[in-house]
Amino acid sequence: MRTSGIIGGLIAALVIGGAAFAFAIVWRPALATIDPAARQSFDPEMVKRGRELAALGNCNDCHTLRGAKDFAGGLPVPTPFGTIFSTNITPDPETGIGRWSEEAFRRAMRTGVDREGHHLYPTFPYDHFTNVTDDDDRALYAFLMTREPVVAPARANELPFPLNQRVVVAGWKLLFLRPETYQPDSTKSVEWNRGAYLVEGLAHCGACHTPRNALGAERASASFAGGESDYWSAYAINAQSPAPVPWDAEALYFYLRNGWHPDHGTARGPMAQVVSNLSSVPASDVHAIATYMAGVFGPPAPERNREAVVARAKPDEGKTSQAHPEGAAIYAAACASCHESGRQPPYGGVNLALSTAVNAPDPRNLANIVLAGVRPVEGERSPIMPGFAASMNDTQVAALLNYLRSRFTSQPPWHDLEKTIEEARRTQTAFLQTSAGARSAPADPAQRDKP
Amino acid sequence: MMTLKVNGQDHQIDADPDTPLLYVLRDDLKLNAAKFGCGLGQCGACTVIVDGKAVFSCVTPLVLLEGKQVTTLEGLGSVAAPAPIQRAFMEEQAAQCGYCIAGMMMRAQALLQRNSKPTDDEVRAELAPHLCRCGTHMRILRAVHRAARLMDTAELTPERKGSAQ
Amino acid sequence: MNSPVMLDRRSVLVGAGALIVSFSLTPGFAQHQDVPSPTPPASPPGSLKISPYLDSWIRIDADDSVTVFTGKAELGQGFKTAFQQIAAEELDVPFASLAVVTADTGRTANEGYTAGSHSMQDSGTAIQNAAAQARALLVGEAAKRFDLPAESLRTENGAVIAPDGRRLGYGELVVSDLLHVQAQPKSQLKDPATFKVMGQSIPRVDIPGKVTGGEAYVQDMRLPGMVHARVVRPPSYGAQLIDCDTSAVEKMPGVVKVVRDGNFLAVVAAKEFQSIKAMNALSAAAKWQENVRLPKQDDLASVVTSLPSQDSVIFQRSDPSAVAQKTLEATYTRPYQSHGSIGPSCAVAHLADGKMTVWTHTQGVYPDRQAIAQMLRMPQDAMRLIHTEGSGCYGHNGADDAAADAALIARAMPGTPVRVQWMREQEHAWEPYGPAMVTKLKASLEAGGKIADWNFEVWSNTHSMRPGGAGCLLAAQHMAQAFAVPPAKPLPLPEGGGDRNAIPLYTFPNAHIVHHFIPDMPLRISAMRSLGAYHNVFSIESFMDELAGLAGADPVEFRLKHLDDQRGRDVIAKAAEGFGWRAGERPPPGRGFGFAFARYKNLAAYCAVASEVEINRETGRARLVRAVAAVDSGQVVNPDGLTNQVEGAIVQSMSWTLYESVSFDDKRITSIDWQTYPILRFDAVPDRIDVHIINRPGQPFLGSGETGQGPAAASLANAIAHATGKRLRDLPLTRKRIKDAIDA
Repeated sequence: MRTSGIIGGLIAALVIGGAAFAFAIVWRPALATIDPAARQSFDPEMVKRGRELAALGNCNDCHTLRGAKDFAGGLPVPTPFGTIFSTNITPDPETGIGRWSEEAFRRAMRTGVDREGHHLYPTFPYDHFTNVTDDDDRALYAFLMTREPVVAPARANELPFPLNQRVVVAGWKLLFLRPETYQPDSTKSVEWNRGAYLVEGLAHCGACHTPRNALGAERASASFAGGESDYWSAYAINAQSPAPVPWDAEALYFYLRNGWHPDHGTARGPMAQVVSNLSSVPASDVHAIATYMAGVFGPPAPERNREAVVARAKPDEGKTSQAHPEGAAIYAAACASCHESGRQPPYGGVNLALSTAVNAPDPRNLANIVLAGVRPVEGERSPIMPGFAASMNDTQVAALLNYLRSRFTSQPPWHDLEKTIEEARRTQTAFLQTSAGARSAPADPAQRDKP
Repeated sequence: MMTLKVNGQDHQIDADPDTPLLYVLRDDLKLNAAKFGCGLGQCGACTVIVDGKAVFSCVTPLVLLEGKQVTTLEGLGSVAAPAPIQRAFMEEQAAQCGYCIAGMMMRAQALLQRNSKPTDDEVRAELAPHLCRCGTHMRILRAVHRAARLMDTAELTPERKGSAQ
Repeated sequence: MNSPVMLDRRSVLVGAGALIVSFSLTPGFAQHQDVPSPTPPASPPGSLKISPYLDSWIRIDADDSVTVFTGKAELGQGFKTAFQQIAAEELDVPFASLAVVTADTGRTANEGYTAGSHSMQDSGTAIQNAAAQARALLVGEAAKRFDLPAESLRTENGAVIAPDGRRLGYGELVVSDLLHVQAQPKSQLKDPATFKVMGQSIPRVDIPGKVTGGEAYVQDMRLPGMVHARVVRPPSYGAQLIDCDTSAVEKMPGVVKVVRDGNFLAVVAAKEFQSIKAMNALSAAAKWQENVRLPKQDDLASVVTSLPSQDSVIFQRSDPSAVAQKTLEATYTRPYQSHGSIGPSCAVAHLADGKMTVWTHTQGVYPDRQAIAQMLRMPQDAMRLIHTEGSGCYGHNGADDAAADAALIARAMPGTPVRVQWMREQEHAWEPYGPAMVTKLKASLEAGGKIADWNFEVWSNTHSMRPGGAGCLLAAQHMAQAFAVPPAKPLPLPEGGGDRNAIPLYTFPNAHIVHHFIPDMPLRISAMRSLGAYHNVFSIESFMDELAGLAGADPVEFRLKHLDDQRGRDVIAKAAEGFGWRAGERPPPGRGFGFAFARYKNLAAYCAVASEVEINRETGRARLVRAVAAVDSGQVVNPDGLTNQVEGAIVQSMSWTLYESVSFDDKRITSIDWQTYPILRFDAVPDRIDVHIINRPGQPFLGSGETGQGPAAASLANAIAHATGKRLRDLPLTRKRIKDAIDA
């Protein structure tokens, strides 16, 4: 949900709404403060369930800054209109949510209004969280209120007028927030319904994977047709999926649970954090998500099987190499030693014929990975790929990417490759140089796999 | 045959274009500092500077180096006339077996060339791609900070200045 | 299965009885005394015993140059500098005028292995005494020439000086056989109060070359006409090469030769990268039959304790007057762990005129020569091994095997020097690991809160499969006329192997310590820094904290209450003071304090470590914030060198303790690089480490290269327990294990 398009909608919402916004629509009361509850007053079982739900909701990802305390907020979410900072959701009474009642917490989840009655920017995905049940909100509340309180005042958002006026958010909500819309489908299995509840609600998969309309809201008609997050392309996860080998429920479960799959490679970018969290939730919930999403993907096309895909890219007959001599030489020297070593993923490089990044319509993720590589997780078995930002210039990266596209896929060449590479270098390497810590996800939620 | 510029000198190299820089430095140019550690870009022992940036020479093929400037530890200074980074590592006795040290020093040098006063967090983050098995980390960190101070002083006294390229 | 079990006194007694009868005792290993005290030497001290001629240690040439010879190998500990200091001090020559020659079968004494923190103790002591005796001989010679009494002469800067100012340089004084005399048992050593070179932090002699790209390692050797070889190892232990078509590989650019001898497969090329490409092609062409079944990695503790073992009571003491009140039991485990040298093993070999020379980072040039000579069926006289420094090894890594590889390939290419370096995956997959271990502890407190009885059992392999014969070398195991791996033998006490430091230095009224020696070695294992002491000290010192908790006592006070050894008490006090340890102090939120102590092998250096850790309760990640160590290694030669060793031990032990385990499936080792065998990176390096040295002028040198491993591990574990309230007993103490414990 950290997407740039949301803010654009706010401007429009302001205009459309205009004077029609009655006081009653905008105004929300402040809810009474409470004395922070003692840790022991929460049922440990409920806290445990809350921990699993928080992991399903990926809460730590947005609410934890690299090198800082968990859930203390402060993560900058860059948008074309300015920067929004995530807030402190630890139970610190002054700077966190320690004085929020459960009712205040639930109101924020349901309707995007904080305890004092301010409208929250929809970078907080309450358009999904509105579907979370009372019981689950209660467990999440219990979990958060038993975290270590951290003094961390919210950083002021960097937004221009009029976007810095929270009333505009009320207009956006009027247009796009559909409270509590999730309804179980009695014709489907219990597992499917559980998956639907999680995917559409707490897990908010569409926040990244669904494209947004001109007003920055998810396009209901294009659910899961692909979006973006943190300068990474969030692939289409419906029938338009660019994955060379189609996803099925089994592959989805394996990937979401382990962070990689032999037919698809390794999760990275913002998805690395998601799979890291999913490794700690009940297996049944991951199965449910996989079951539901398999339905969204639709039945896999049988001709797109692993053997066929791999065969297509088998030995380079020399044709591609002749067309892209520089890219071919770079691939042979810098990539093939891992990607053709015969070692299987995740520790051997994936066969690039299987790579969604190479097959995708947008070259962004491939550029990100080539430039920034994959960083190790401190002290844990995890894949490492060296980044090539320092050793390849934009022309060389472009030559490599063109070669990969041509050799490993039957997709048309990418356009504007150099522009994408230039942008990827800026967004990925700037982050590398300014970030305080280098530890990365997936296994450690305090660290993020933003290379 | 290609021309490779290493430590300010042009060399005619007769090797396949897919040959990683590491083997050209060690085998053809008889330079010792860049070390084979993993050949996979996982440990940093082979690090050298290319056009001001630290790169793993073990995964940097010759084909990428046309027209670029390569600097190795040998190019910074010598025992008789050590560069600030070398003096700093000597003064802090920042080595045990020392096998990883040349790579560490090159990345630190690249850091200090673009950021003359890095914070401790910045130094740690920068060195994260590098492994040391002897546990010399505390001294390495001290040496990098000392090098930053020495380079600072060196700018005031140009005759002591040692730098890459 | 390994949580502490509270037993009442009755069941303890019953249990203890059952324990004794179930062992097959091997009385030969049993010891019924405390730490053995060294008997006063009737023979000359240190390694002078094995090589008594002074000129095998010190040579003085007519040009006044002085060369010191040691049979030990510089492994990155910096002792070459320390030896130079010792010799300069006792000889009274300028530090810089000395050269030190290390292990070389052609030049130096046979000092066996450079291991067990023995270098200072054995070789340093020998050099000190040899230098002192040489100086006495030089003074005696000068006295003759001056015709003055020796007592009236003094030495300074490499010369003997008469009261009237006349001086004779050492070079002038050395006549043919002056130093070719056997060492005396006693030497006239200098008064430590007068030391000018010893006790100083003299910069290491090897560092300038290492930080300027000098030729510093065997990896850097380039002999004229040298070729590069790579070995293709089998995919798993015991795999048989069933087919390999080498014809295509032989035609590859630069390839000089493919060497095949049974299951030993290697390729030689003119240039290094050519040899790597050829190795990859050869590896793809080789067809192997895999045979071995490895044990289950996730149930290692049961595997280890169920293997056949030879059991012996290694320590027994009883005092029925101590009455047990409360009892605690716990089991601690350690996985296989890797040396993980940053530079894969390398060697250069050259067969010329029937003589084989091997440059190698072996820790024992003489034993390795014997093993390689046996493998090649060559006389030892026709072979010379020269120690050439490599990447740090921390015990027995692949260095000896690489030497054997190089020699076997060089034999096939007479006249051509051959350099072999292992690939990263080969080093990780084929090095002999530090063995998995299990310890079971049970102890009781008496009413006063002191320990009444102490039971300790350790299950472990041998901790040394260093070449004692060709069968220890991979190449010899793989060649057609293969050598069998020799039977494993336990290393004898008092130093011990798997039972190293199994006997606590503390005094307990009742103690019963059993070593279950396991001859089977499902994974290839050998010596890794501190051998069994790492896990035994981790177990003992973790359990001491658990018992202190049961007694409601402060961990430091609890240790002091059980320790009579004054030097031990001193390092504990020093570390506690340096740390600012205060009994009962509450740490900041999320943090914990830990303490641990041991005397390495109960006869080398003393070391205590206090740690502060920070735990991220959400992720389980533990971070060592700071550590304070105190160390007593007798007479200190180079304080900064000692500090460097202890700092390094703490950091390395932290990596072992938090992160490291060898992984494997039913056939193959799967931890074969830094992705799959992660070690500490800079992100997790502590804020600071302080090392306090207690110098003991005039006392014997005590080895200190390994003394930190055990205490650092236990101190960290104790701090994690303090921070989380949960005791972790299975190494490594991973983020996941800590998180699971917190969440449980």
